[in-house]
Amino acid sequence: MSTTTHHPLFTLVIIVGGLLHGFGLAYSRMARPEIVLDFLQLEDLGLLFVMGGAALVMGFAIHLGTGVLEIVPLTGNRYAKREKSYDRNVVVGGIVFGVGWGLSGICPGAGYASLGIGNYEILWGLAGMFIGAYLQGLWRARRDSTDRESPATGD
Amino acid sequence: MNAMLLSLLAELFPRGITQYLVGGLFVGLGIAVIYLGTGIIAGNSTLLETTLSYVSDLPRFQRKKYVRSRDWRVVFALSIVAGAALYGLVFTPGIFVTDVQWWRLLGGGVPVGIGTRIGKGCTSGHGVSGIASLSRTSIVNVLLFIGVAIVTALIAAALGVTP
Repeated sequence: MSTTTHHPLFTLVIIVGGLLHGFGLAYSRMARPEIVLDFLQLEDLGLLFVMGGAALVMGFAIHLGTGVLEIVPLTGNRYAKREKSYDRNVVVGGIVFGVGWGLSGICPGAGYASLGIGNYEILWGLAGMFIGAYLQGLWRARRDSTDRESPATGD
Repeated sequence: MNAMLLSLLAELFPRGITQYLVGGLFVGLGIAVIYLGTGIIAGNSTLLETTLSYVSDLPRFQRKKYVRSRDWRVVFALSIVAGAALYGLVFTPGIFVTDVQWWRLLGGGVPVGIGTRIGKGCTSGHGVSGIASLSRTSIVNVLLFIGVAIVTALIAAALGVTP
């Protein structure tokens, strides 16, 4: 995740990936908070296939990258798995995120996609996400200034 | 027996599964294209913090790896908006507007923003790429947020909040 390469194809790859990702979020109906809430209220478990299908494709890509290709063509870096360090933040963050997701039916990626299908009401949710991200930045800045031994966390 | 199975499936998946599965494959394909092309495992929640680096001096947002990645993350998010718009134009002409109330969206968005940043990822970072990596960190995070979200949504429904 260390690259800022300005390879001519870099931005094109990001755009193509984003288009496919956003198309999928809309096609899967995850961009509709109602559908997500139906899943969380256990009325339609179809969303399991969204996460499962997506993880299956990405699992294949990670296998291909780390096991076969090894070197990234555009950057020369090595492919890696997604392994974040495990600590209490993972637990606290998961719980806090769960409360928000259960209340609103929105998450970041689906929120951006929701805007794409014309859902201007989602701006309330997107504003909330930015406010939340800002609040945790404020909180961490305050904590770090009082706690000289602050481990670096997050992505 | 067959009839029982069918009625169970109809109850668990009243809208069928095709659109969920096909959509999910595209969701994964988008991240996979970026991964195979650049080696980057693109998540969606990091955009929130990196974008704040444009407007806030807080050291949390000004970290080098955030400032270095913020431009492509904006491009990624805008492409997601465009990809969803493409779906809308092709498959469901006319715009979709949610009935979920504004205070639910805003009030839920805040903990989503806090939680994904503290917890190092969201439904795409942990839920797709982390699960695909069989990462213990991601599996714990995903089980927690799905479980807590189900409880939260059921409580909201029980309190009569619709939609």
